Amino acid sequence: MIASTAAARYALVVTGLAGLVAAPFLVSDFQLQLIAKFLCLAMVAVGIGLVWGQGGLLTMGQGVFFGLGGYLMAMHLKLADAASTGGVPDFMMLYGTGEVPWWWEPMRSPLLTLVLIVALPAGVAAALGYAVLRRRVRGAYFAILSQALVAAFALLLVGQQQVTGGTNGLNGFRSFFGYDLADPVNRTTLYYLCSGVLVAMVLLVWQIKRSRFGELLVAVRDQENRMRFLGYDTATVTLVAYILAAVFAAVGGALFVPVVGIISPANVGVVASIGFIVGVAIGGRATVLGPVLGSIGVSWAQETFSQTFPSGWTYVLAALFIVVIAVLPGGVASLPDVVRHRSAVLRRRPESTHIPEVSA
Amino acid sequence: MDVFAAQLFAGVSLGSILLLTALGLALTFGQLGVINMAHGEFVMIGCYTAYVVQLVVSNSGLSFALALPLAFVAAGLLGVALHRLVISRMRGRPLDTLLVTWGVALLLQQVARDIFGAPNVDVRAPDWLAGPVEVLGVSMPKSRVMILLICLGCVVAVSLLLSRTPMGRRIRAVVGNRDLAETSGISGGRMDRATFFLGSGVAGVAGVALTLLGSVGPTVGQSYIVDAFLVVVVGGIGKIRGAVIAAMGLGILQSFFQLWTDASLAKVLILVLVVTILQVRPQGLLTVRTRSLA
Repeated sequence: MIASTAAARYALVVTGLAGLVAAPFLVSDFQLQLIAKFLCLAMVAVGIGLVWGQGGLLTMGQGVFFGLGGYLMAMHLKLADAASTGGVPDFMMLYGTGEVPWWWEPMRSPLLTLVLIVALPAGVAAALGYAVLRRRVRGAYFAILSQALVAAFALLLVGQQQVTGGTNGLNGFRSFFGYDLADPVNRTTLYYLCSGVLVAMVLLVWQIKRSRFGELLVAVRDQENRMRFLGYDTATVTLVAYILAAVFAAVGGALFVPVVGIISPANVGVVASIGFIVGVAIGGRATVLGPVLGSIGVSWAQETFSQTFPSGWTYVLAALFIVVIAVLPGGVASLPDVVRHRSAVLRRRPESTHIPEVSA
Repeated sequence: MDVFAAQLFAGVSLGSILLLTALGLALTFGQLGVINMAHGEFVMIGCYTAYVVQLVVSNSGLSFALALPLAFVAAGLLGVALHRLVISRMRGRPLDTLLVTWGVALLLQQVARDIFGAPNVDVRAPDWLAGPVEVLGVSMPKSRVMILLICLGCVVAVSLLLSRTPMGRRIRAVVGNRDLAETSGISGGRMDRATFFLGSGVAGVAGVALTLLGSVGPTVGQSYIVDAFLVVVVGGIGKIRGAVIAAMGLGILQSFFQLWTDASLAKVLILVLVVTILQVRPQGLLTVRTRSLA
């Protein structure tokens, strides 16, 4: 039995990788762009799988980090495109004073942009995570705070139209680090870049899961107080996972911009942020591949059905989400286990954070 | 001075709206320790109840008065159904409950969209609530004063119910220590349902009150719910007083921050403030003292 699941998993990985490599030869340019977009969204899911699935910290605000990465990249692309025409992005001429604000200036440098795409989200996540986790604010409180953060972030983007593009966001990019974005060859290269980054992220999470740190992470998720009594700094363990997830989301956002050609508050807001979670929950939060496959699956279904059946699709999505979380907390990935011994789902729920009250 | 007073009133008015939407949430969160993401949709149901009642009863004053109790019952019953069908089956899994109720919220929004259409609908405010009223030299819209009064009424009613009636005593017992309350012969499940009816009902009333401010749509709940959550987080669980202080504090501060900067920066400042408050008081301003670890 166990051998057959392992074989099935290998088959899944090999088919997935082969599919990733072969996709540009099999599908149209438009479909390839869609797949690349799904891959970028899946990067956020990988991070959520790490921090929520394995770390037990539900973050409903990954849109902030996705948005930070995306907007930083978009700012650089805007400035690079405008370099030949006076250095001021078109929308600033339209809404603003026609002057580039000082905090846009670092994004003129490609290298500095890449550094900031990683460093800024990591810094924000570290500051918020440290402040909140150190005081042992977790669970629902943390989820709400992260959601409030993303709500404020989206509002800020909409409100500061003269420097952020407002509701329209930033769009209309022509080149990506000097390469013409309209050229199909470059688009294929961009697709391979996304695939490579996603595979690297999955490998990293897989390695973490096998490491001592991965064990600690799961232990803190399941029995935080016991781990604290054993002398571990539980806040730092979860914080590291949170920062990693933030960086993953930011990189996803940064690649999303050249692939899709737009980043707007709608891509990063409250609804989008919960949208990232849906795929993770359906795929299987505590596994390595579950979040990726779940996220890609949900993105694909959304793209396919939401145009043709907008109302019906919402019902299906909501119902699927409710049923999976309530009945199958391990997601689709746990389905083989559940089928094999049906009591398994009752015995080990991923979120067994409930500790019987101990009187001191 | 006039600017100060006007801003203070705007803040109190915002605080009363926050409190109306957060009051029921504070009740259910205090009782069960779970965040109900569909709470905003109970507010929406209140809004649409007001709309439907107005379709039947054309007199805007009468329909408003009728909508208040009807919305309370409609949203309350839906809350009980939600608790019965979903939340009561997920004990000990607070984060999963949060996500599931978000799914329910999505569902309810789509139902509203299919029944009433995606565009916002207008509910005519009663004629006697049109125009401003002078209080202490400051001119305020009557509708905002009305919301303040409704909020005051809800807070007083809920606190009296909790502190003076046998049912309130039982609810408080379950909040304090569920196991001990159950060994004393109090049905925890029944008290949960009672709390859900009350908390969701108040959300329905809040929805009717919100129709005084402008047109409402399927996603009206979403625009208020994040702030309502913040009120609950800051106020602490299990105490109505905490929610009152938090709502008024955040409302007044936000209105002054808006005066000094702008609306979007004010939100960010409020959030920074909330995180700072949680540094000092991680469990919120006021909370029921327990010796439990978690």
